[in-house]
Amino acid sequence: MNTVWVMVAFLEALAALALPPLLMSVIAKTKAWFGGRVGPPWLQPYYELAKLLRKNAVYSETTTWVFRAGPIISLAALLTAAALVPVLSNRSPLGFPGDVILVAYLFALGRMFTVLAAMDTGSSFEGMGASREVTFGAMSEPALFLAFVVLAVATGSLQLSQMLGPTLLDEWQIAGPAMVLVIGALLVVLLTEACRVPVDDPATHLELTMIHEVMVLDHSGPEFAYITYGAALKFMLLGSVLLHVAIPHPESFVFLDPVLRVVELVALAGVVGVIESAMARLRLNRVPLLLAGATVLSAIAVVIVFARRTL
Amino acid sequence: MTGDGKWITTRQGESVDLAAIPCVEPNSFAERIIDGKSHGGRLAQLFGRRAPDGGVTLYAFLAYDSDGIVQVCSSRLAAPAPGRAPEYPSVSALWPAAQALEREIAEQLGVHPVGHPWLKPLRYHGTDNGAPAPWGQFNPAKTIPGDYPFYRVDGEEVHEVAVGPVHAGVIEPGHFRFQCHGEEVLHLEIVLGYQHRGVEALLLHRNATRSAMVAETIAGDTSIGHAFAYCAALEALAGARVSVHAHAIRGIALELERLANHIGDLGALCGDVAFLPGASYLGRLRGEFLNLTLEICGNRFGRNLLRPGGVLFDVDSELADRLHKRLKSLQAEVLQVLDMVFMQPSVLARFEGAGALSEAQAEEIGLVGPAARACGCMRDVRHDHPHGVYQFSHIPVAIETTGDVYARAVVRWLEVQRSLAFLLELLGNKPAGKPFAPLGAFKPNAMAFGMCETWRGEAMHVAFTDNTGALDFIKVKDPSIHNWFGLALALRGVPISDFPLCNKSFNLSYAGHDL
Repeated sequence: MNTVWVMVAFLEALAALALPPLLMSVIAKTKAWFGGRVGPPWLQPYYELAKLLRKNAVYSETTTWVFRAGPIISLAALLTAAALVPVLSNRSPLGFPGDVILVAYLFALGRMFTVLAAMDTGSSFEGMGASREVTFGAMSEPALFLAFVVLAVATGSLQLSQMLGPTLLDEWQIAGPAMVLVIGALLVVLLTEACRVPVDDPATHLELTMIHEVMVLDHSGPEFAYITYGAALKFMLLGSVLLHVAIPHPESFVFLDPVLRVVELVALAGVVGVIESAMARLRLNRVPLLLAGATVLSAIAVVIVFARRTL
Repeated sequence: MTGDGKWITTRQGESVDLAAIPCVEPNSFAERIIDGKSHGGRLAQLFGRRAPDGGVTLYAFLAYDSDGIVQVCSSRLAAPAPGRAPEYPSVSALWPAAQALEREIAEQLGVHPVGHPWLKPLRYHGTDNGAPAPWGQFNPAKTIPGDYPFYRVDGEEVHEVAVGPVHAGVIEPGHFRFQCHGEEVLHLEIVLGYQHRGVEALLLHRNATRSAMVAETIAGDTSIGHAFAYCAALEALAGARVSVHAHAIRGIALELERLANHIGDLGALCGDVAFLPGASYLGRLRGEFLNLTLEICGNRFGRNLLRPGGVLFDVDSELADRLHKRLKSLQAEVLQVLDMVFMQPSVLARFEGAGALSEAQAEEIGLVGPAARACGCMRDVRHDHPHGVYQFSHIPVAIETTGDVYARAVVRWLEVQRSLAFLLELLGNKPAGKPFAPLGAFKPNAMAFGMCETWRGEAMHVAFTDNTGALDFIKVKDPSIHNWFGLALALRGVPISDFPLCNKSFNLSYAGHDL
């Protein structure tokens, strides 16, 4: 019995790691549909990763080891976080009380090294991108943490796999409005961290307006593959957090659970694609207002869950 | 306008005897121009021409838009003593609209406009006789951004961003130097000249067919517009009467060019703010309009359609009906998509207030075209100096007042509507006639100009003949030379992330500027 569970968990982890590029494809297909186009093939992100992994990297003479370490450390941080976040079921491969703090700062570590690698090139574009990334990252952090506070209070746990577990089903009964607010905040955090419209425009070629894309302009070959994959992985992880809050599944059924989660993730990517197709990007100096709004949503949710318990 | 022989008055389609152009002392040339300004003149052209004796003749063209006339005067700078540059008091010191035009004079002829506040190379080439320009000798071994006296802002938190000449998109080369404080642009300097190819000399090619083709490639997206102005200038010199039928076909081609470019620009503006449906649909619709031009002359950009004397491709009634039908269905589609774009709050939030210029600024720096109309300047060659078909049917001038990206977009939107209505009317009652009649001989010792409201603004070609009646000088002006400075001005105090949007809202030509 034990070996079966290990097998299931292993397959689940493999499936979770294979999924992120497909989600990018879903977004691209949704956008293409809105634009009246066919769009790239479904497997295009995988082809691109394979192509990049076969290539050589080019390094600018002005860069140092930081530039080469950036993508590797960022990907490593995200993979570690992936082991702590429940994706396709209510379990995560690893977990301990308080790992929620680790997950949040693994994201921050990944960001820090992307930013350092960008600054290492000495390019003014990448410097601007880095400054925007850090500003918006710092502003989305309170929204994320206050959302975690809500989940911690609701579930009485500081371990992410339990905070996102079936106990949330009860919380929807106790403090439904708080959960709705948390979903709103997490959606904004997802769009910001994954660099999607209305915060960033992943499709633009205009260096002066970019945030994430401009920071990785100098990367090439396998390292660029790590960055591309890492961005997709980050989207899936934050998306999973959002989905586990929005649609808590009861105690796992072995196979139905992962299938449902994949369907939900694809649907979420579709929703992001719709948002991206239906509205323009915000002016850069308006983004902080959006993030402040998300923080306020989380803060009100905190008040509600506490109030439900003390009053 | 001013009278009493200080200026000679002319208009589109007329030629002027060179001897009749009033000539003033170089020292009072700038004063005379400023006097014209105070009477309502707008600086349409200012250029110098090398005289056979080594001196330089300066010509100023002031357009009086509400009267439909242009006044011309000249000034003669004698050949200077060796080692000394000819000079005259600068116009730009009093009227910034002249700044690029005077830099061109300094660069081409080595003349020093004394007191010019921004005397720097314009296109980065040597003078015609090898004499040093006011900023020194031209050094072809150095690259432009490497050897250019950029304006710099110093300070602890000020940083400099250099963009181009190689860009991430498939666009023309130009160098942009931003002085920024955080995200805010304090100053933008635009350095062009990478595409200088000697258009004005190429236009004097002995083979007239070839020079008409050069005129069409001054700015590739303005083939019809420049060919229109070029033909108008040459036809005025020949005193030719072009058939009404040919004029109508020119009007059709010019408005189709405007529609294709305006719709393409509006789509690109949507693309810059990441509004996908607008970018996709308008991008496709632009192609539909280019294809209509293709139907007329076999080229999507209207190459080889206009020639001095008429047009080379006829639009018979069968083709006119077909175009009318296609336009009718496109009209519904275009207006629906544009309604959708301009109803989108997230798009308007990006357009409104971005890169605003005031009407006073627009007047001072001499903006033209949709960029000027977006600031509230009533200025449209089709209305003010009508030529050809525009003498018979009128297009209302589209005006906005806020001067920002939104206003520039709305002016294009209005012009799309009005051009469509104009075209449908023109194709409905098309006069018949001969599309082409070869030009006769040019008047000797004469000068004539042709102006055209291209989709980007006023293009102007001025042509001179010698005493045998052969063309010996052509001066070309693309609207971009007026408007690039407007873009730099609009960027002050704007977040640098809005630069691509502002740039696209002007959508200026590099090739047309560099000639």
